[in-house]
Amino acid sequence: MAGRGVRAGADCAKHEYVMTVSDIDRLIQLLARLPGLGPRSARRAALRMIQKPETLMLPLAAALERAAENIHACSACGNLDAGDPCAICRDPGRDAGVICVVEAVGDLWAIERSGAFKGLYHVVGGTLSALDGRGPAQLNIATLVARVQAGAGGAPGAGQPGAGQPGEVILALSATVDGQTTAHYIAERLEGLGVAVSRLGQGVPVGGELDYLDDGTLSAAFKARRPVS
Amino acid sequence: MHWTDDGIVLSARPHGESSAVVQLLTRGQGRHAGLVRGGQGKRARGIYQPGNLVAANWTARLAEHLGNYTCELVESHAARVLDDPPRLAALSAAAAVSETALPEREPHPACFEGFLALLAALPGDHWAEVYVRWELALLAELGFGLDLESCAAGGANDQLAYVSPKSGRAVSLAAGEPYRDKLLPLPGFLIGRGGGGAAEVEQGLALTGFFLERHVFAPHHRDLPAARRRLAERFPALPA
Repeated sequence: MAGRGVRAGADCAKHEYVMTVSDIDRLIQLLARLPGLGPRSARRAALRMIQKPETLMLPLAAALERAAENIHACSACGNLDAGDPCAICRDPGRDAGVICVVEAVGDLWAIERSGAFKGLYHVVGGTLSALDGRGPAQLNIATLVARVQAGAGGAPGAGQPGAGQPGEVILALSATVDGQTTAHYIAERLEGLGVAVSRLGQGVPVGGELDYLDDGTLSAAFKARRPVS
Repeated sequence: MHWTDDGIVLSARPHGESSAVVQLLTRGQGRHAGLVRGGQGKRARGIYQPGNLVAANWTARLAEHLGNYTCELVESHAARVLDDPPRLAALSAAAAVSETALPEREPHPACFEGFLALLAALPGDHWAEVYVRWELALLAELGFGLDLESCAAGGANDQLAYVSPKSGRAVSLAAGEPYRDKLLPLPGFLIGRGGGGAAEVEQGLALTGFFLERHVFAPHHRDLPAARRRLAERFPALPA
């Protein structure tokens, strides 16, 4: 099919922008690899971009290129950001005395969306998994231990005013076997470093009805019960 | 093709965006994999945690296909030990050892029942001793059982203290003394003597780990699963 030129949208001639069918196929194939997109939705997205090169495709291409060049993992916490250290590590308004440990950047974003936490983060990059061959060496755990030992600011020059040793590390890992195995491992590695280690509570979710909860959540909720003040 | 059976979840690996390939240890079908559509979803993830007991329904067009599972949670064993590091380590180790040691689609009802017994014992005080016994039973089920009944060297059977790494048979204290550096210590609780405890469990894990590695994993150029090694590292640091 290569070489059989097609005019892509009304503005094509104006911009001398001609796509071959193989280019379109390639675009669709790449889009279909993205989470949430299958071949059909990738085809729709590609068609929309081809029809609006000025307003959609070229800005998107430029943004993708810029993001690929500039966005890196923060050397202190593992968050993804254009700067290193990331905006969260640089923010003087955040509580440098508390580090929240999360599995992935997606979890960090979820906590940030909630606005419930104003400390610093540490992204370990997954969970221990014997079957998938992920051991402690594959995770960002040694850097967490070094960070706790050195002070919450992480790498030198992290821009954290008054960064001393953090007082608390919160383990915000999944309530799964792998997630909790990782949490226990991290807790053991932090033992003796003079830092309080806590983990997120487990139990009845907001809007949850007891009748519909699974046994595990219910038993966790009973274990984590607290007095009504 | 279609069957229904009870199964213990051994692992769930992501497949695509929302599905998961789940390995179950079933009573009648042995270790059996299947695709769970939506297995990575919010509701399903809690079901497919290692150690959970499920009522499984497997369907496929042909017997050799991967097939699809639909499962209903029967008992959530994983949730009970999530906040207990040593017990969680034992659960992870048992699931990892079962997944890597048992042949696929070969019925081993004794392994299923043994795993269930281990899960039932996990909340109790002697879970570590039960774990060692479970690994011994697994070795026996796979054809590599140890003979801990009598002394291989003709010594007194009431003083069994070692296990020969060559034959897997017990050796008495007197007969084994000259070779004690080459023999594996036999923990008393395995022959009905002594109440176990962290030191004996450490010996038991070393014993079963040695034979699992030699007979089950080494022929396939594998090591003991990392979860199993992490469990062994916990002893004898643990209190009895």
